[in-house]
Amino acid sequence: MIGSLPSRYRISIDPVRCMECGRCIENCSYGVFSRDGDRIQVNSRNCTACHRCIACCPRDAIGIEEHPCDYRSHPLWTREARESIYNQARTGKIILAGMGNALDYPVIFDRLVLDACQVTNPSLDPLREPIELVTHLGKRPARLDLLRREGGDVELKTRLTPNLRIETPVMIGHMSYGAISLNAQVAMARAAKETGTYMGTGEGGLHAALHPYQDRMIVQVASGRFGVNIDYLERGAAVEIKIGQGAKPGIGGHLPGEKVCAEISRTRMIPEGSDAISPAPHHDIYSIEDLAQLVRGLKEATEWKKPVFVKIAAVHNVAAIAAGIARSPADAVVIDGFRGGTGAAPTVFRDHVGIPIEAAVASVDKKLRDQGIRNEISVIASGGIRGSADVAKAIALGADAVYIGTAALAAMGCRVCGNCYRGLCPWGIATQRPDLVARLNPNEASEQVANLIRAWTLELAELLGAAGINSIESLRGNRDRLRGYMLDESLMEVLDVRGVGA
Amino acid sequence: MAKQVKIDAKGVHYTPLNQQIRKAIEDGADEIVVDNVLGQRFIGNGLRGNATIRVKGVAGGDLAMFMSGPTVIVDGNAEHAPGNTMDSGKVVIHGSAGDAVAHSMRGGKVFVRGDIGYRGGIHMKQYETQRPILVVGGSAQMFLGEYMAGGLLLVLGLDGAVKAREIGSGIHGGEIVIRGDVDDACLAAGAKKLPLTDEDRARIAPVIREFAADFGLDAEPLVKANYTRIVPASARPFAGKYTWE
Repeated sequence: MIGSLPSRYRISIDPVRCMECGRCIENCSYGVFSRDGDRIQVNSRNCTACHRCIACCPRDAIGIEEHPCDYRSHPLWTREARESIYNQARTGKIILAGMGNALDYPVIFDRLVLDACQVTNPSLDPLREPIELVTHLGKRPARLDLLRREGGDVELKTRLTPNLRIETPVMIGHMSYGAISLNAQVAMARAAKETGTYMGTGEGGLHAALHPYQDRMIVQVASGRFGVNIDYLERGAAVEIKIGQGAKPGIGGHLPGEKVCAEISRTRMIPEGSDAISPAPHHDIYSIEDLAQLVRGLKEATEWKKPVFVKIAAVHNVAAIAAGIARSPADAVVIDGFRGGTGAAPTVFRDHVGIPIEAAVASVDKKLRDQGIRNEISVIASGGIRGSADVAKAIALGADAVYIGTAALAAMGCRVCGNCYRGLCPWGIATQRPDLVARLNPNEASEQVANLIRAWTLELAELLGAAGINSIESLRGNRDRLRGYMLDESLMEVLDVRGVGA
Repeated sequence: MAKQVKIDAKGVHYTPLNQQIRKAIEDGADEIVVDNVLGQRFIGNGLRGNATIRVKGVAGGDLAMFMSGPTVIVDGNAEHAPGNTMDSGKVVIHGSAGDAVAHSMRGGKVFVRGDIGYRGGIHMKQYETQRPILVVGGSAQMFLGEYMAGGLLLVLGLDGAVKAREIGSGIHGGEIVIRGDVDDACLAAGAKKLPLTDEDRARIAPVIREFAADFGLDAEPLVKANYTRIVPASARPFAGKYTWE
């Protein structure tokens, strides 16, 4: 027998502060609170630490404590290790969980520091001097052929490929309708449009409610091809082929039938209530040549008017794969690091497969430069970008732009509780239950997401100005403005940075 | 009167070739005859409307990919994945076709007179009135109907035994119908055999007749023949694998 495990959280209600208003009961979709006469009863075992009750309590009466009951401490046999064993001893199954990598790996971003000017070259004040943050994503010609006409005019002979212009290097990554609610998608799409950036659809099709923002949407083509038809491809500003995802490299995805409601069935174009199974590979891509063929197929279908991105998970040989992608007509490669989020992934993949985005971006950038093809493709970094400092560091390591996911959800209220897969998200984000979805006001949430992007953009301008750089382009791949702090020599070699003080 | 346009594909790259086909459709062509096709890819890719495109020669990969409406008739073989992610319309191939035929097809028909390669009909799916149909006159190779989520996949085996093995691995919707008996050992995990009922036969008969008419075959012996029907053992092939944290 295994018996009960210690409760993960303990809720306490301060009886002096509580006025029994019942907002916690209404707001908790996990059933922690109930009314017992004139008091509020608590079942701590149901708690996920989503903090909805705390956010809604008018009297600050609720407290949540994590791990109120300890196991015997042990550095190897952690609580998580032991509880996974108890779970699998009971079920014999693969453990699934939500959000990103939950193991305590060192965060490389936090061991890199940025540079600023002092005395010898003056820093720039963004209030006074323009700092260019516009980025163009897509292929750049290696050379330009010009024709000089009579009268001194010059004609460009080189045919340019369409690029995406982003006003800020922060984009919103692919989170499908199904994984998140339509209100959450609409809010983020509106924010992307307002801030001059783009947002991904994920592999869930494009709901009609998003059509007003379609010129700011990157439509995804993944292995299940859900929601993909010529209309969908033509609506998007760009098309992204999803090969892999940082949270679960090498495996596909399953949206269980119970989440395929009428509206989701319509956008994914599958019957209501049926499982949406995305196979692990694309079954028309078994080689790098096949990938190039799908890139061409998508471009041919959209008459070569749309940029095509390819998203891969950061894995050991990510640099060689990216170099292969750069030699196809693809316009950008998205590298999703091992901290990337997800609605649901096997914990063994989420926590153990893939490599950090910092190392992946640096090695991709280096490989592309070594091969003289960095201009052939833009590099988008994603997976665990928490703030403008991470954006600046990712760009200095060689990215053109970043995708954010969890950060955008947090801007709408998400507390990173990691229970997305349960479909009960009390914030109205990772749920399809109409009463919960209605809690997320798209107007308010879009303003919050737009605020976040604006704030990071302001901070980026300040960071650039302080470093005496007046254009984001001059930060890209600029390792001289980074130093490693407490990083080992082999990793600094991969990142191509020197240590602090050097 | 039907408007016919002729295009000579000799030595033409697929992009300008597809531009010519697109232009012909925009100009109101009902029938476009493309001569001297030699492996040009993506013919009919993303096209709408109801024109007929006759491909004389060997069509390259991803024929009729994302196509929505037109009919493509190939007097020859077709390479990798004809009908890939096709939405509606019809593809008729008088020769054989490569791997991943009708990959992720959501609607329309793909008829292949000869054989097809590996992973035929993989991840075909259906939605509302859209129900894709793949009919193979000859044989199919391994992983036929893998991950199939909807539609009808019919293999007639007109030129000898059907060689498909690992049939229907991960199938969770739709049906695979193969003329003759299929050994249990040829079925993959997740697929099961059922006898073809009279209702099933009535349902597939019009498809067989249409196929026979397209290729000048005698339909009735095929309609009356013995068939094996392969369907999902469960609509949730992965449901039992996972537990939550």
